[in-house]
Amino acid sequence: MLKITNLHASVDGTPILKGIDLEVRPGEVHAIMGPNGSGKSTLSQVLAGNDSYEITDGEIILDDQSILEMPTEQRAREGVFLAFQYPVEIPGVSNLQFLRTAMNSIREYRGEEEIDAVSFMKKAKEKIKQVNLDPAFLKRGVNEGFSGGEKKRNEIMQMLMLEPKLAILDETDSGLDIDALKVVADGVNALKSPERSVIMVTHYQRLLDYIVPDYVHVLAKGKIIKSGGKELALELEEKGYGWLGIEDE
Amino acid sequence: MSESDKSVDELIKSEYKHGFVTDIESDTFEPGLNEDVIRRISARKNEPEWMLEWRLKAYDAWKEMAEPQWAHVKFPQIDFDAISYYSAPKSQENAPKSLDEVDPELLRTYEKLGIPLHERARLAGVAVDVVFDSVSVATTFKDQLAKAGVIFCPISEAIQEHPELVKKYLGKVVAQKDNYYSALNSAVFSDGSFVYIPKGVRCPLELSTYFRINEANTGQFERTLIIADEGSHVSYLEGCTAPMRDENQLHAAVVELVLLDDSEIKYSTVQNWYPGDENGNGGIYNFVTKRANCIGKNSKVSWTQVETGSAITWKYPSCILKGDNSVGEFYSVALTNNFQQADTGTKMIHIGKNTKSTIISKGISAGKSDASYRGLVKFGPNADNARNYTQCDSLLIGDKCGAHTFPYIESKNKTGVIEHEATTSKVSDDQLFLCQQRGMDAERAVSMIVNGFCKEVFKELPMEFAVEATKLLEVSLEGSVG
Repeated sequence: MLKITNLHASVDGTPILKGIDLEVRPGEVHAIMGPNGSGKSTLSQVLAGNDSYEITDGEIILDDQSILEMPTEQRAREGVFLAFQYPVEIPGVSNLQFLRTAMNSIREYRGEEEIDAVSFMKKAKEKIKQVNLDPAFLKRGVNEGFSGGEKKRNEIMQMLMLEPKLAILDETDSGLDIDALKVVADGVNALKSPERSVIMVTHYQRLLDYIVPDYVHVLAKGKIIKSGGKELALELEEKGYGWLGIEDE
Repeated sequence: MSESDKSVDELIKSEYKHGFVTDIESDTFEPGLNEDVIRRISARKNEPEWMLEWRLKAYDAWKEMAEPQWAHVKFPQIDFDAISYYSAPKSQENAPKSLDEVDPELLRTYEKLGIPLHERARLAGVAVDVVFDSVSVATTFKDQLAKAGVIFCPISEAIQEHPELVKKYLGKVVAQKDNYYSALNSAVFSDGSFVYIPKGVRCPLELSTYFRINEANTGQFERTLIIADEGSHVSYLEGCTAPMRDENQLHAAVVELVLLDDSEIKYSTVQNWYPGDENGNGGIYNFVTKRANCIGKNSKVSWTQVETGSAITWKYPSCILKGDNSVGEFYSVALTNNFQQADTGTKMIHIGKNTKSTIISKGISAGKSDASYRGLVKFGPNADNARNYTQCDSLLIGDKCGAHTFPYIESKNKTGVIEHEATTSKVSDDQLFLCQQRGMDAERAVSMIVNGFCKEVFKELPMEFAVEATKLLEVSLEGSVG
């Protein structure tokens, strides 16, 4: 599904990622943990194609093709989804209109017809319930006046609508209370299938109680310094990042 | 240059889709303006003596006037002697009695513009008057309207057939000497639409006029007069296009609306005159005076405009709220791109008691363009309990454009309430990245964001024109983000 080799990336000339190697196979859930400033969010943004970051070396292969030259929207149409750490507001554009435009852009790329209004509404209502938001949110502007937790749930709602094959969650758990965390986890678990993969970027272990990863990687100073199974996360929780000889800033 | 600026640039590079020229023989006056030209225009129209005198009076006034300099726009001095003041397709010399007699070449032009007179009008239930250069070409649905007692015809015809109405109201809302361009228009106007809705009648159809400039070096000076008698109701829409030419062309129209007791006029404009090319060459100078006078009590006028065209727009559809309890509304979307300049807004003059006005203005600037909102809210000494609400929002796309707001407020009455809100925002890189990450290309994302921004105005447009406006915005923004 996804193969990252020796990935180097910098922003404004400052190197952030310094040689990442990671392979994610279909159906797998990977957690990427690490202290603040380790490059976790940069990795998510680079995978999604944010052009504020410059790739200086390495390769990213998605389903046997390099995506380095692919613009953001094409990566999205190929099935890459990023749940943002800080979702932005788009005033005046309703969630419905936003989702419909997004879905139809993806469908058009795949050579499919536009989704009909009835099936679209049905699906939207079903998914908004799944993330425990009032259906009235569908008509509100994208994230317009939403609370932090509502924004994160809205991200998950978008993910459920678009059904990506690779979902990247960038600190989706940060700032969530336990109920919202469960809603987010339920959403991700509902999406899991043998064909879909998930990368969870997180600072804390607690999300992993609800979404159980197959692999845990520790990222520090732009490199993966340790990989293991789900027990690695528990070990980190217990011993802190200092155990691996790195500081949590 | 950031990626999003690049796409802004690309979006901007779209082409004007109505830029073709119709090859048709015309009867066009040689350029220049003098008394003789005015006499000839009047003679071409077989006008009565009073009309000619009215024109000459306006011409005398115009000669003494100077062009206004206060607008936030820049353009070279206009040579009024380089403009032709009359142009008519030759085949119109014996004006058609029905659509079947209209030159097929002309009809094809309107089809290209997306107005197949026959089908579209019939489907939409819209009665259309079409003004090509200086003359009115066809008015559909005349019979059906006549049954309701509605008069909808070219103003040249109204001068012949309904002189009492024309004499009574022409120039009464916008005086000849109101401004430089209204004086010029009063002297040389050649056609336009005339509407009269009798007492208590709700006009059974949406009325619509399409204006088209075809000839080179001509100015278009149309004159529209709409009279809503007591308790009547009408919805009227105008649309405008022109061919692509390197030189600038002048369009100086006057629109007058008269509202008697308990009447209502909804006037919608989709203005898409040729805006000039991406280097700022050519395009229409759109210097228009539009005003409504709510003479009657409880009357209501609503201006809705979507302005995407013209090199320069200079336009302030206004409401004089004279009758007690009268209501004025102004909903505007003005989009400028490339080197376009727009100085547009409204005037709400509250004279009567309990008068209310609402102003919603949405300005969108892209490319190197400049958009200004200029609005006046005035409460007279007798305007007890007058209320105004103004909301002015500007949206910037890219970092080379400008947005300005010039609100003027004058109140001579202590019981009035005026509210003013203004915002300026920018289509941010983060918003674009979110949209692109969800699969949309930048162009679609910008168009979606802009449409969201304009929603409050679009919902005021008649349904099918709202669709047209949305599409027009998309086309006008093409190439504006990357």
